Amino acid sequence: MRSLFRFLLRNYFLMMFLALEAISFVLIVSFNNYQRVAFFNSSNNFAGAVYEKFSSIDDYFSLSRTNARLAADNASLRKQLQYRMSLQEQYPVNRPDTVDAPAYIFTSAKVISNSVNKQLNYITLNKGSRHGIKPDMGIIDANGIVGVITDVSPNYSTGLSMLNRRLSVPAKITKNNYFGSLVWDGEHYNTADLREIPFHIIVNVGDTVVTSGYSNVFPEGIMIGTIKKFDVESGTNFYNIKVALSTNFKTLKYVEVVQNTKRTELKTLEKNNISE
Amino acid sequence: MIKDIGKYAVMFVGLILLQVLILNNIQFSGFVNPYVYILFIMLLPFTVPGYAVLGLAFLLGLSIDIFSNTPGVHSSATVLLGFIRPGIANLISSREIIEKGNTPNMKQLGFASFLKYTIIVVLIHHFFLFFAEAFSFAGFFHTLLRIILSSIFSIVIILASQFIIFKN
Repeated sequence: MRSLFRFLLRNYFLMMFLALEAISFVLIVSFNNYQRVAFFNSSNNFAGAVYEKFSSIDDYFSLSRTNARLAADNASLRKQLQYRMSLQEQYPVNRPDTVDAPAYIFTSAKVISNSVNKQLNYITLNKGSRHGIKPDMGIIDANGIVGVITDVSPNYSTGLSMLNRRLSVPAKITKNNYFGSLVWDGEHYNTADLREIPFHIIVNVGDTVVTSGYSNVFPEGIMIGTIKKFDVESGTNFYNIKVALSTNFKTLKYVEVVQNTKRTELKTLEKNNISE
Repeated sequence: MIKDIGKYAVMFVGLILLQVLILNNIQFSGFVNPYVYILFIMLLPFTVPGYAVLGLAFLLGLSIDIFSNTPGVHSSATVLLGFIRPGIANLISSREIIEKGNTPNMKQLGFASFLKYTIIVVLIHHFFLFFAEAFSFAGFFHTLLRIILSSIFSIVIILASQFIIFKN
């Protein structure tokens, strides 16, 4: 026993090195299993507050660009509203009950931390559980999908960005409604892979890819991007499709968090299928 | 001595803030992310005992991890750096500089030795860091390209900082 102690003491430098590396690797691996300790991500209040302070300084430099984008958003929404109103005038419907209450509610939030250059990119928003944000809500911006919320603190929330290889989003090709799943390729911040599209259907470069709505996280039809190129890998039945993402993750500033108000109902209903 | 501790404490906080608020946002072409915070470990005096170097390296890496949502990735790389630092020091500089307990900065080592020191440290750190981050050897050459491009930027920034500090 004493010689063991003497050995440890003599090699304390090596032992301490191995111990600290072991701690680090336990952290990495447990993180890989999604078992994150709330302390170790930037939704914790201290890191969140530092990011928000810095982000508020940074805001002044992008005011004009943000204004222009908001104005463009407004214009396009106004156009849609006009169209809906004209439809309603032509075909008036009067249904005063709550069955048709909107399934999705949108909350606007500001991005206070974001990255595009890692293999696993995360995004931090300045709204949290006090503002009704919960895990598993979708994040979108005016151009398309952004990611999914995973952790929430009272004032901040963090989530997986679409540029995170652990996130897979059900997507479909608008033209023919075939659905697959969209996963980031880990290479470039504006392309992702669309998988599981069988090769007997016809796809073209430029076809629009949108969310399929099967996940209950995103509403159906939220823009994802357009097909950039595709090929068939020999020996498989599926296309290799590269999608050019419509969201610019490098200039992300204001986003909307999507809440599906009927998600719990859907979940309980779908759970019956599994248990039977 | 007390003055030195103060100086290093300021450098510790300053480098973390520089890294997470500015350098992590460079994201030039999605490939390059310079990691300059390791300058803190590089510049610790040779008199600092080994356990303190390892402990400080772990704290430094963990602080960066907390800000970038990557628990363990940076701390594993910085601890490795703290462990191999004495070996690198023996490799690049003469025994008397080390024994005098000097700080391994550009003024003490001279440009050629400091350049060698920086290149070895940055390459080892970045190599370990990027592979710990990817956590697989799939896409080996893609990761290697990211390592090389980021290393070039880190080395240039570290050398530039030394030129600015010791310009006279």
